[in-house]
Amino acid sequence: MTTHATNPAIPNGQRTLGKVRPHQTQNESLVFEKSSPGKRAYKLPPLDVPAVDPAVLLGASHRKTAGLLPELSEIEIIRHFTRLSTWNYAIDLGMYPLGSCTMKYNPRVNEFVSRIEGLAEAHPYRPDALSQGVLEVIDLLQRCLIDITGMDTITLQPAAGAHGEFTGILLVRAWHESQGNPRRKILIPDSAHGTNPATAAICGYSVENLKSNAEGGIDLDALTRQVDGETAALMLTNPSTIGVFESQIHKIADILHAKGALLYMDGANMNALVGKARPGDFGVDVMHLNLHKTFSTPHGGGGPGSGPVACKAFLEPFLPTPVLVQNENGTKHWNYDRPQSVGRVRAFYGNTGMFIRALAYILANGPDGLRQTTEDAVLNANYIRSKLEDLYELPYKTASMHEVVFSDKRQAAKGVRTGDIAKRLIDYGFHPYTVSFPLIVHGALMIEPTESESLEELDLFIAAMRSIAKEVDETPELVKTAPHSTRVSRLDEVQAARKPILRWRPTD
Amino acid sequence: MRYLPKSPAERKQMLAAIGARSIDSLFEVIPAEYRLDRELNVPRQQAESEIIDYFRAAAAKNSTGYASFLGAGAYSHYRPVIIDTLVQRGEFLTSYTPYQPEITQGTLQAIFEFQTMIAELTGMDVANASMYDGSTGAAEAVMMAVRVTGRHKAVVARTVHPEYCEVLATYAKHQGLPSTLVDYDHETGRVDLAALDAQITNETAAVLVQSPNFFGVIEDIPAIAAIAHAKGALLIVSIAEAVSLGVVRPPIEADIVSMEAQSFGVALSYGGPYCGVIAAKEKYLRQMPGRLVGQTVDSNGFRGFVLTLSTREQHIRREKATSNICTNQALVALMATIFLTVYGKEGIRELAEHNLAKAAYAAEALAAQPGAKLLFTGAPRFHEFVLSTAEPPSQWSPRLLDEKIIGGLELRRWYPELGEATLWCATELITRAQIDTAAKVLAAGLVEA
Repeated sequence: MTTHATNPAIPNGQRTLGKVRPHQTQNESLVFEKSSPGKRAYKLPPLDVPAVDPAVLLGASHRKTAGLLPELSEIEIIRHFTRLSTWNYAIDLGMYPLGSCTMKYNPRVNEFVSRIEGLAEAHPYRPDALSQGVLEVIDLLQRCLIDITGMDTITLQPAAGAHGEFTGILLVRAWHESQGNPRRKILIPDSAHGTNPATAAICGYSVENLKSNAEGGIDLDALTRQVDGETAALMLTNPSTIGVFESQIHKIADILHAKGALLYMDGANMNALVGKARPGDFGVDVMHLNLHKTFSTPHGGGGPGSGPVACKAFLEPFLPTPVLVQNENGTKHWNYDRPQSVGRVRAFYGNTGMFIRALAYILANGPDGLRQTTEDAVLNANYIRSKLEDLYELPYKTASMHEVVFSDKRQAAKGVRTGDIAKRLIDYGFHPYTVSFPLIVHGALMIEPTESESLEELDLFIAAMRSIAKEVDETPELVKTAPHSTRVSRLDEVQAARKPILRWRPTD
Repeated sequence: MRYLPKSPAERKQMLAAIGARSIDSLFEVIPAEYRLDRELNVPRQQAESEIIDYFRAAAAKNSTGYASFLGAGAYSHYRPVIIDTLVQRGEFLTSYTPYQPEITQGTLQAIFEFQTMIAELTGMDVANASMYDGSTGAAEAVMMAVRVTGRHKAVVARTVHPEYCEVLATYAKHQGLPSTLVDYDHETGRVDLAALDAQITNETAAVLVQSPNFFGVIEDIPAIAAIAHAKGALLIVSIAEAVSLGVVRPPIEADIVSMEAQSFGVALSYGGPYCGVIAAKEKYLRQMPGRLVGQTVDSNGFRGFVLTLSTREQHIRREKATSNICTNQALVALMATIFLTVYGKEGIRELAEHNLAKAAYAAEALAAQPGAKLLFTGAPRFHEFVLSTAEPPSQWSPRLLDEKIIGGLELRRWYPELGEATLWCATELITRAQIDTAAKVLAAGLVEA
């Protein structure tokens, strides 16, 4: 009892915060600190060809001193990484309401099928005749994604969302060039993801900021004023980063198209639309998808992703090489003869392992499951909104889709900011929401539950948020110094950046 | 739908709590003419067993059970079982980018270990948390050199992986970054040093070479570095075969190393996901793209790790960022980290030496066949070699396939001057018997002719 009584995470001698109780985690050094010479976790088979003397074969190119890699046994390696894993929060442990990141369940059959030998061990330069199975998988995924987006064609080559943006804007640029003028600027709303302006810059465009209107959407008058003959495209996230559908979307497309500019859609929030509406039907010319968001491939602590780009037929000649084509006899091959292509954006064909997982997800859902998934995601976000809007400021009252964005306005009056509330959520057993984004909401709390949360988990989250709001009134210091229950407390990020230590070095 | 944790009654209860008439009322913000009034045209909902059957059938159609001499930027190495055991732990697999360090110390410490291992192996001071792959990493490294030097031209060896060159061309095209290609010495297969020297000017930001290069030949990095540095250009070394670093001297004279770490325990998976990474001299740290994990302390003085120097990145700097990269290859980097921990200091050397021995045997055995000839014999190689054969590959390749062997890769697509020459790779997974069979098959055609 004494441990609970002294645990500041759980005030007033309570034994639990509803969802969680503290438990022990193992300490674990860096793998280098555990190493000792002569330990082995590997055994190579006997060499069946004559051994060679590397010093003779390689001469001056021979490596004389090995790198400082660790030396451990297999059980120590298992324990090392297992212990590290227990220090992570994960979807498998509970709700992970990171707005814009779409932390949904990652089905395990996806992992299983991606490891089937004939797929996992296929070399990318195998003859096409020996690769027909994987080419069929790629083809079926392409056809599914084309129908889901309402577009005409697609490339799966980009490795992640930002890479998809890069590819999509290159298509825009190539098309304008084919019309005689690449144009100079890309319009980007102030609510956009940071990758959007960074992408435009890499594609050689200047970025022009588009201010949001009072509802957090596109200001049509401002758009009309800003679009001119030098505007290549608008990069629009729809639903927007405040989780709102641009209901004037067709007018936005019309304004752009009237001036010869294109509409690029950042598909990060496509999980709000699948089976309910298609960007190709509402005027989008080119868009990317995040297979690691909408289509359930795992985030894995930061990657790998996959960022297919779907577009209208007039952009097809510019797709990255190679493109998959079908022969008359039904077999498939890669076509490299693409004179108008923007070129290659990645070696080989893209993150094939992610294509397999995404297709497994689509097959598990079918059309009815995909639609229901979207509906549940929107239902969950609206449920949270309705249960918290009395305690947290809702800066934009527009109807929410898959996520809801509050601000910390009321809590800030007590000196507690969105980042503090986020840290306190950790004590309640939840991963924080997305903090301080989008930039158009001061002190944003961006909450995206996804469809993967049960009513029980949602109610626990709501109870936690309501309890924290109460703590802000009664014991604000408890919130400002959170988290109290983690292995490490708040980390000194200033020191980390001032004198960067980015690798281990042996102490003498 | 089995992934959705709600009963019909709960959905009704939630709609009532929201005050919504129906689920469709939540979508009324979408103009009616844009709402989809039909089912999506995707296959029907399938049982888990059906999904497995579908992919098993696809895998079988992919023709399994072949021994392969293919390399060229994607390498077949043994993957220790515990890699997949560990990366499939949900706490690694289903975690996000570690923006909340208090509850992501596992991912953060593992990345810190990855950064350390990559720096150790490459001979650089620092390494980042990963890039998409070797091709995009090389392009990002060139753009990094442009930021460091303020110069706007690049000189690229023709012996860099041709698809990496194509990716670089795509990136460079719209940044006012012209790049020129330097030919190779047709005897050694190494960069032509005189041509390189002639092409570098005081406007050259970077020289990009690969070692071992696309032909498997190890470049003379100290000589190339001297030429580049004499004119103030940075040297970027691309490494497509990471296992080579177990036995090949690291490119310590380089300013930036861009590596593809697929060889460290990552499945071939028909080209991806793989694991790029950029390593560099510490003085160029602030121009590095991608995420970095740094060590720090918490308020109780305990060691901990955080994402750091994020003022370089797009979510802070937007259009002025060092790169637009956001999602990287964290889980694949974890595979590489586990692989390097399993093999360790001695194992990585021993593994590399086995590759060296297999390739030496294979090169000798294949080149001994009538009419066959090894190209580029004047410089050391790792585990790939270029072979010219008496018959064109279109003749011997089907015969090899009959023996369940995939032979070397035709180079003509990228190097027309090499005619019918092919690029062969022999890793530790190729057996002596397979090499001997391949040699016999190469010889057989000639006898019949």
